[in-house]
Amino acid sequence: MSGERHGELLAGWGRACPSAAWVVDARRAEDVTACLSEPGHYLARGLGRAYGDAAQCAGGTVLDCTALDRVVDLDLTTGRVRVEAGCSLDALLRLIVPRGFFVPVTPGTRYVTVGGAIASDVHGKNHHRDGTISAHVERLDLVTPTARLECGPDKDAELFWATAGGMGLTGIITDATLRLVPIETSRMLVDTERSADLDACMARMSETDADHRYSVAWVDSLARGRHLGRSVITLGDHAGISDLPAKLRDDPLEFNPRQLLAVPLTPPVSLLNPMTVTAFNEAWYRRAPQKRSGELQRISTFFHPLDGLGNWNALYGPRGFTQYQFVVPFGAEEVVRRVLERLSSARKASFLVVLKRFGAAGEGHLSFPTAGWTLALDLPLGTAGLALILDELDEVVASAGGRVYLSKDGRVKPEVLHAMYPRLDEWAEIRRSVDPQGMLASDLGRRLRLAGSRPRRSSRAFRGGGR
Amino acid sequence: MNDVTGMPQTVVSVGGGADLSRAILRALAGRRLTSALLAGRNSANLQAAAEELRALAVTKVETERLDVTRISALETFADESARRLGHIDMVLIAAGELGTAELTELDAPTVASLATTNFTGPAAAMTAFARVLCAQGSGRIVVLSSVAGYRVRAANFVYGAAKAGLDGFALGLGDALAGSGVEVMVVRPGFVKTKMTAGRKTAPFAVEASDVADAVLRGLESGAAVVWVPGGLRYVFGILRLVPRSVWRRMPG
Repeated sequence: MSGERHGELLAGWGRACPSAAWVVDARRAEDVTACLSEPGHYLARGLGRAYGDAAQCAGGTVLDCTALDRVVDLDLTTGRVRVEAGCSLDALLRLIVPRGFFVPVTPGTRYVTVGGAIASDVHGKNHHRDGTISAHVERLDLVTPTARLECGPDKDAELFWATAGGMGLTGIITDATLRLVPIETSRMLVDTERSADLDACMARMSETDADHRYSVAWVDSLARGRHLGRSVITLGDHAGISDLPAKLRDDPLEFNPRQLLAVPLTPPVSLLNPMTVTAFNEAWYRRAPQKRSGELQRISTFFHPLDGLGNWNALYGPRGFTQYQFVVPFGAEEVVRRVLERLSSARKASFLVVLKRFGAAGEGHLSFPTAGWTLALDLPLGTAGLALILDELDEVVASAGGRVYLSKDGRVKPEVLHAMYPRLDEWAEIRRSVDPQGMLASDLGRRLRLAGSRPRRSSRAFRGGGR
Repeated sequence: MNDVTGMPQTVVSVGGGADLSRAILRALAGRRLTSALLAGRNSANLQAAAEELRALAVTKVETERLDVTRISALETFADESARRLGHIDMVLIAAGELGTAELTELDAPTVASLATTNFTGPAAAMTAFARVLCAQGSGRIVVLSSVAGYRVRAANFVYGAAKAGLDGFALGLGDALAGSGVEVMVVRPGFVKTKMTAGRKTAPFAVEASDVADAVLRGLESGAAVVWVPGGLRYVFGILRLVPRSVWRRMPG
């Protein structure tokens, strides 16, 4: 074992319900194997970007995998990279972009580990074209409480698909091989356009998606009435050499993103409230061009704008925040409108609401994306009534055949989640086969009874109040 | 596990038959509560409390006879609770007794007994549970204090003094637990119309048990360390604390 274990209070990115665990640094796969040989509860943790309680294991042992971060092999001829699970996308991009490759899928931040990305089966702005990250994983090494094994879509496929999106509860990923995407330059060719309302935005996204590898819309969550859902759509593709002006052609693959600023301390109250967010949203919308095409943007500007501001999660103050992200099938556009209306009429401020069209679902049992519309909203916690509003929205999403994203969740009802993920029992069965004692555990898994029996769904209409 | 909105799934209530505990647990049943362990002296009250939770679809409800003044039983009870519930998300300390403050009725054993019921027992129970919750790495202790402890007055000075002690103990324990994943929330209701206060003259700002429950839920959501019920009492008592003693002494009962 490398290093001593130490007690630490661990929180998710939303900083809302921390729990204490014993933390052990895992530097090599052998450390993980050695650790799991002792009875107890274990969970791997990467950079802690899951918003809720997915990377917490109260009272158990959390393996900090961020030092398990070597690049084992980079094959430039076939475009494959084999990396240890704790390697961040930031480190990986700094290595591969200058060599003419990009990661097949990136979420909105580079500060996630490869292992965490697979355990969450992350998606990006190219989901409609390229699916989730697991569609680009060739194989991975997994340490379970009973074995150390290799799996992939062609080898022990059941376990592989249970692990992709399995929230770290089927084993600890120590190593993975990804297929990369060749790029000519480190710039993006971006089209930006404004939509005056939600219908216009959705119609426009449906029209333009197929023509661009990357697409996403930012929606003003506080605009009401006829402005409801006013948005800024961005569509992007990797720029070719010929798209660059002469001065950029000398070093077309230059990639050196920097953090511009960091939030130095946690303010006593959330700085993101209806007033500041309304002002921000107004400015953001006004600043966007009516329509602009072919703008060159850096990778970091296009994919990871918030990475420029370190610790931005502290802006929500000590009570923290949650992200509500759901997907509903095409045809259930009304649900997106209803969620926006409900939150906007309750003045629940959300900074940067993201709307995107997902392509077909992948094969992961608990993988979040399914064909349809996904909306993600960051909401400050501690404001009156939010918990009950979100419970109400969960029901609307579930009855439309939609679901919420486990990596963002911190509060869905277990019985509602089980209804949203019909393959959960199948997944739990596979999990039991690799972890019969239930040694792999997380606060999220316990809260949602992911591994246990299906929770009873009550039909009672009781809501809140103590009367 | 407590969720990000502060709602527990499993609760142990010490004083689980008391009206305030019952109102708080009913409110939690409308959110995420699935398992409850109710402990107290009065079996009939515990049974009634258990029945109403079962009717609200709380899957697992158990009761346990426990006298909070039997200090030697508290550690065992805390350990046993953890075994029965798995992870304890919240411990509610609701045991208490108003007793008397009539000089003619007071004697040394009566004062000692009221102090044990309202301070020593609850503080010892909090300590026993704090140890269990620390080992779990997370959890919350919610303790029912009282405005009577914020500035003790003649009308209920024995109860008030014990609550003052408990309130201070809880705040100190909460600070001592910083970084452990265990949090303490202190609830300071004013006059609540319950069995405990039945027959007494209703004080200004009187509330119902359900108002206390609503305030506790709001406190859990907002992550408050101290909850006043009604909320305005925070300011009223901020001023009352400054009232000269010659006036305070004459505050009506």
